[in-house]
Amino acid sequence: MACQSTASDSNNNYIKGANLMDELLDRSAIKDSIKKDEQAEVDIQHESGIDQSTLIEISGLNKWYGQFHVLRDINLNVSKGEKIVICGPSGSGKSTLIRCINCLEEHQEGSIVVDGTRLTNDLKNIETIRREVGMVFQQFNLFPHLTILENCTLAPIWVRKQSRKDAEKVAMEYLERVRIPDQANKYPGQLSGGQQQRVAIARSLCMNPEVMLFDEPTSALDPEMIKEVLDVMIELAQEGMTMLCVTHEMGFARTVADRVIFMDEGQIIEQAPPEAFFSNPRSDRTRKFLGQVLNH
Amino acid sequence: MRAFSLLAKIKKGRYVVTDPKHVSHKANSTPRFLRELLRLWRDASFRPLIMQGTVVLIIVMLAIWVISNTMHNLEHRGISTGFDFLSQEAGFGIIQSLVEYDESHSYGRTFVVGMLNTLLVSGLGIFFATILGFLVGIARLSSNWLLARLASVFIETFRNIPLLLQILFWYFSVLAALPHPRQSYALWDSIFLNLRGLFLHKPIIEQGLLPVMVSVLVAIGLTLLFRLKNRMRRLDTGKPIPGASLWMTALLLGIPAVVWGLSGATLTLDTPVLKGFNFRGGIAIIPELGALLLALTIYTAAFIAEVVRAGIESVQKGQKEAAASLGLKPGKVLSLVVIPQAMRVIIPPLTNQYLNLAKNSSLATAIGYPDLVSVFAGTTLNQTGQAVEVIAMTMAVYLTISLTVSLLMNTYNKRMALIER
Repeated sequence: MACQSTASDSNNNYIKGANLMDELLDRSAIKDSIKKDEQAEVDIQHESGIDQSTLIEISGLNKWYGQFHVLRDINLNVSKGEKIVICGPSGSGKSTLIRCINCLEEHQEGSIVVDGTRLTNDLKNIETIRREVGMVFQQFNLFPHLTILENCTLAPIWVRKQSRKDAEKVAMEYLERVRIPDQANKYPGQLSGGQQQRVAIARSLCMNPEVMLFDEPTSALDPEMIKEVLDVMIELAQEGMTMLCVTHEMGFARTVADRVIFMDEGQIIEQAPPEAFFSNPRSDRTRKFLGQVLNH
Repeated sequence: MRAFSLLAKIKKGRYVVTDPKHVSHKANSTPRFLRELLRLWRDASFRPLIMQGTVVLIIVMLAIWVISNTMHNLEHRGISTGFDFLSQEAGFGIIQSLVEYDESHSYGRTFVVGMLNTLLVSGLGIFFATILGFLVGIARLSSNWLLARLASVFIETFRNIPLLLQILFWYFSVLAALPHPRQSYALWDSIFLNLRGLFLHKPIIEQGLLPVMVSVLVAIGLTLLFRLKNRMRRLDTGKPIPGASLWMTALLLGIPAVVWGLSGATLTLDTPVLKGFNFRGGIAIIPELGALLLALTIYTAAFIAEVVRAGIESVQKGQKEAAASLGLKPGKVLSLVVIPQAMRVIIPPLTNQYLNLAKNSSLATAIGYPDLVSVFAGTTLNQTGQAVEVIAMTMAVYLTISLTVSLLMNTYNKRMALIER
C-alpha cells in the first residue's frame, strides 16, 4: 500500500502524525504517572490497540558470512504499530537481522516482505523498501559536509522529489520535535553525540517511514546523553510508530516494548512481552544473559 | 627490585636534573661568560632566534657568492648579459603557435609562443586527466568484477612505465602508424586524420561580427536569468517550469540565429584541403601535441585514479549505508554523499598531480613539440648563448604556473573543508 503512496499521501500521513503528536504531548503528564506504576503501563499498551495487519514478514531467514552461519531459521512477524526490542550477547546476529530488513546485508535463504514488497534482487523493490524503512545507526552517520537542515532535507528532495521549501518546512518541524531546531544551520561536527543521534532520528522521520529500525542507538553515547535520545524514542513509540530496536537499554524495553526478543548464536531463543520476559524467562541462556545485563 | 626501579628513574632523567650536587659542581667549573652563553642557548625564546639568524646569514652569503661568481665568469668570457636579446630577430620557425609567429619575429616572441604551447598542453592535460582519472578511480571500486579488473590493469600498466617512454611510444609507435595524407581517415569529408595530424574546419566570420557576438552574450545572460527563475520556482512550488530545458535551448540558439540572419553576416569555413603532400588551411592539430597530450593524460590519470580511490575509501562505510537506507540510489549516494567528503582527501594529492603534469610537459623536447623548454630553453638558448637569463625566465614560468595551480587548489580546499566545532 505504502509503496504506491505519493508525496501528497505522505504529507497527509504526516499531518495525521503531527496531530497525534500534539495529543500525546498533552498527555505527557500521564506518561510520568505511568512510569510509577508498571502494571498500569502494561494495561495501557494492551489498550493502545496494535493494528493486526502485518508490516514485516520474515520467514526461514538464513545468512552466512562465508562458512559462518550468522542467522539461523529466523521467523518473525511485525504488526503495524508494534514495538520490538531485540537483545542478546554481542555477535548473536541482532544487528545483522535488522540490517537484512532494509538490505544493508544480503541474505541467502528465506524471504523478507516489508509492507507488501518482497525483498529480492530487484533494485526497484530494494529502493521501495528503503523509502519506507528508516534506520538509526550506532555511530549516527550524519553527513558531516552538510548542515543539520541539509542532512534532513537531502532524501526528501532527491528521493521523494519534494521542493526544497516543503522539505525544509517538514524538517524544521521534526527538528522541533527532537528539540534541536536552533541547531539547524550548524554542522554535525559542532553537535554533541546525543544531539547528533536526535538529528539522525529526525532525518529518518523526514522520509515519513512506516517502520523505524534502531541499531544500538545509545551505545556510542556518553551516559548523560542516553536519556535525551531514549526520551525521543519513547515519544516516537507512544505516537504509534512501528519500531525494531536492538538495544541493551532494558529500562527502555520495559517502558515501550510490546515484545522482547532474545537472540543467541543467530537464533531467536525466546520472545515474550516485557513483563513475562524479565520476570519469568524460560530458557537458561536468557536467564544467564539477563543476570549479566541487569546485575552489572 | 628497588635498585632496579631507581635505575629506571635515573634512565628517564628524573634524577639527573634534580640532583643539586651535580648541577652546582658543573656550574662552578665553567667561566662566567660561558655560563651566560649557555643560559642564552638554553633559553626557549632565544635559541630559535640564533638558529634562524644563522640560516639567513648562510643563505645571503651563498647568494652573494653565486651572483658575484657568475657575473665575474660571464665578464671574463665575454658573454653579454641583460635582456636585450629578447628584441633580436629569432630567425627560426616553430611548427605550432597560438599567436602569429614566423622567422622574422623576436626571441621575446618565441618565449611567448613556447609559454602558450606549454600552457595549452598542460591545461588540456589537466582537464582530460581529471576526467579519465575520476572515471578509472571510481571504476576500480566498482562491484562489477570486469570493470574493476580493467581499471586495475590500466593503473598498474601506465603508472609503472616511465613517462618519457610512453611519450615515445605514442609518438613513434601509435601515431606514426597512421596513413599518409593521401590515404587519410576522413569523417564526413571534413575531419581528416593522418600522419601529419588531425585537420578540422575553422570558422571565419567576416561581416557583422560585432552584433552577432553581442547577441551571443545577451542570449547567455537571458538563459542564465531563465535558469535562475526556474530554480526559484522549483524551490517555491516543487515543480519546474514545463519544458524549461527546451526554452533555454531556444533562447540560447534562437537569439544569435535571428541576429545573424538580420545582420546578413556571412560565415565561411576554412576547409582543410590536400595540397601536395599535406593538408592546407583549417585547424591542424599536430601529432606531437597529440602524442604528448595522450601520454601526459593517461600517465597522470593513472595516478589520479589511485588518489580518487584512496579518497573514496577514506569515507566511512556508515556514510554509504546511511545514504542508502534513506532510499538514495547508488549514483546519488556517490555524488551527494561520498564524493563531496572524499574531495577533502583527494584535493591535496590531486594538486601534486596537476603540478607534476605541468612540469612533466617539459618532456615535450623529446618528440619536438614546441613547448617552452624546447623552443626557449632549447633553440633560443643555443642561438643566443645567454644561459642564465633564459634558464631563469623558464624557471620563473614553471614556478608561476605551479604556484598559481597551488593557490587555486588551496582556495578550493579551504572551501571544501569540514566545519567542526
